[in-house]
Amino acid sequence: MIELTDLTKRYGDKTAVDHLTVTVRSGTVTGFLGPNGSGKSTTLRMILGLNAPTSGTVTIDGRRFTDRPRGLRHVGALLDAQDIHGGRSAVAHLKSLAVSNRIPLRRIGEVLEEVGLAEAGRKRIGGYSLGMKQRLGIAGALLGDPPVLLFDEPLNGLDPEGVRWVREMLQRLAGEGRTVFVSSHLMSEMEHTAERLVVIGRGALIADETLAEFSRRGSQDTVLVRSPEAAALAAVLTAEGAEVLPVEGGADGGEGTGALTVVGLTAARIGELAWQNTIMLAELATQSASLEKAFMELTADSVEYAAGESR
Amino acid sequence: MSAMTATSQTSVSELVASEPKPRLRDLCRMEWIKIASLRSTWFVLIAAALATIFINLNGVRSDLQYLDRDLAHPDGIMPDGYHWHFIYNPLFRSLSDIAVQLMMLGAAAIGALTMFGEFSTGQVRTTFAAVPKRGSVVAAKIAVLCAITTVLAFAVALVSFLGGQAMVASRHVGLSITDHDAQIAIAAYTLVVPVCALVGMLFGALIRNATASIVAVVAFLFLLPSFFGGDKYHWVKEIGHLFPGSAEGTLTFWAKDFNQTNGKWPASHTHAWLVYAGWAVISTVVALVVVKKRDA
Repeated sequence: MIELTDLTKRYGDKTAVDHLTVTVRSGTVTGFLGPNGSGKSTTLRMILGLNAPTSGTVTIDGRRFTDRPRGLRHVGALLDAQDIHGGRSAVAHLKSLAVSNRIPLRRIGEVLEEVGLAEAGRKRIGGYSLGMKQRLGIAGALLGDPPVLLFDEPLNGLDPEGVRWVREMLQRLAGEGRTVFVSSHLMSEMEHTAERLVVIGRGALIADETLAEFSRRGSQDTVLVRSPEAAALAAVLTAEGAEVLPVEGGADGGEGTGALTVVGLTAARIGELAWQNTIMLAELATQSASLEKAFMELTADSVEYAAGESR
Repeated sequence: MSAMTATSQTSVSELVASEPKPRLRDLCRMEWIKIASLRSTWFVLIAAALATIFINLNGVRSDLQYLDRDLAHPDGIMPDGYHWHFIYNPLFRSLSDIAVQLMMLGAAAIGALTMFGEFSTGQVRTTFAAVPKRGSVVAAKIAVLCAITTVLAFAVALVSFLGGQAMVASRHVGLSITDHDAQIAIAAYTLVVPVCALVGMLFGALIRNATASIVAVVAFLFLLPSFFGGDKYHWVKEIGHLFPGSAEGTLTFWAKDFNQTNGKWPASHTHAWLVYAGWAVISTVVALVVVKKRDA
């Protein structure tokens, strides 16, 4: 369990983390979301005592991390896959970590095997791809078999197979009763990974709730429907109380494809109405409210580096 | 689900309870692996050691060419009327100041590397996440750095001294290893190297950037002292005596060679040893403080 209490970090007159009070529970994957520059990495560094908070406290399983003489059996962390000296091999890197914490050296082979780097273990890290460095960082985090795991953007640079593997691993680790805290700036990454979400913007807490609660904040489900007789269909659906918007340019980019976005009616009801009115449908698809959209709406006010915006 | 969570949490806490006691020697092993697993470390140290030994022995070899002639005609009058009596200085070439500067440079670079290698790459965050007690990490770094540089420098000093003396042995002008002056010179020639390694570490910890730390430590050890030479002002000379290279010169100076002088206002041996100790202590304390205080 990680407890942040009124945690604040200021750099000069800029507030990176603003009175953050959050409890990250064990046994679930907690996603830590926020736009670029919202203070996620600074928060994770303060959890590990790498950066000193300006005010407030943070404890891991009831103790400040910096009060522990050795860390790897308590917290496994992957902050940045690049946080590593490129001149060594993965085996030398993990060995230096293992001996410092008196972790049996057989764990090196085990974690390298687990992350799929058993073959490349003796090669210099400098020659690794970003994805391989991510895997090595994960191996380092797992080395001490810790009850608390912190990952900062662990999916960066991974191929689709790697992304699936990390998701399954995070869920397995949480299933074993561990505390798993994973940051990301993309909702789509967390949507299938996390059970709980902590969302921050400009260093301040925006949301701390389950994924289901979060998704309810977003827009309603919409239905995409396409028909050669779009105007007639639109009239029928509007009469039924739905909100109908023509999709500009059509789904396939052509003109006059007759695509409509419908809010307020289910796909089944739209199909039924079309059949009753003998209107032919070319396409009928439910578009579930996107968490990404909810995330964007929620953090819109607190985006630090918005494109095309003069300030 | 909740039952499963409960059991695995018990096992997790058991795992934490069975944690072995932290020992400084584990951290020394970690630092040893880190420093030994970088090729650049060995390249710098071995190149510096071989070059130092080569310069020293080659210096003695060039002495040999003139040695027999000078020993046969030891007296001469200089144009300014100075009566010159030749006496062979057995330390001047075999433990030369120029050569040890290579060792000092190499050690300073390795010392700086132990810090900037962590900070400039971000490795330091991985290190401190594994060992949150930063002070003990720095202590282990100092122990390993001093051990490596002292052992290597002692080997270089011994090979240079014994090799040099063996080359002039047939002329009976060499010094024995049991000679007091020789022992002090060997000790000074050895210990200036770990002192420079610690100074390098200090600059690495302060500056954190590879190029800037190396440039700064080279400027400090080798360029800055040249601004405090000459025999014109006493206070300028006193400042000059505070540099490790100057202290090394004082301690390896062979006072029995009356043709050579250490200049006006020479420093005492005690002063020179205190300069060594002072830099070692300052570097250690400042490195500990900045590494502890600043965000990683």
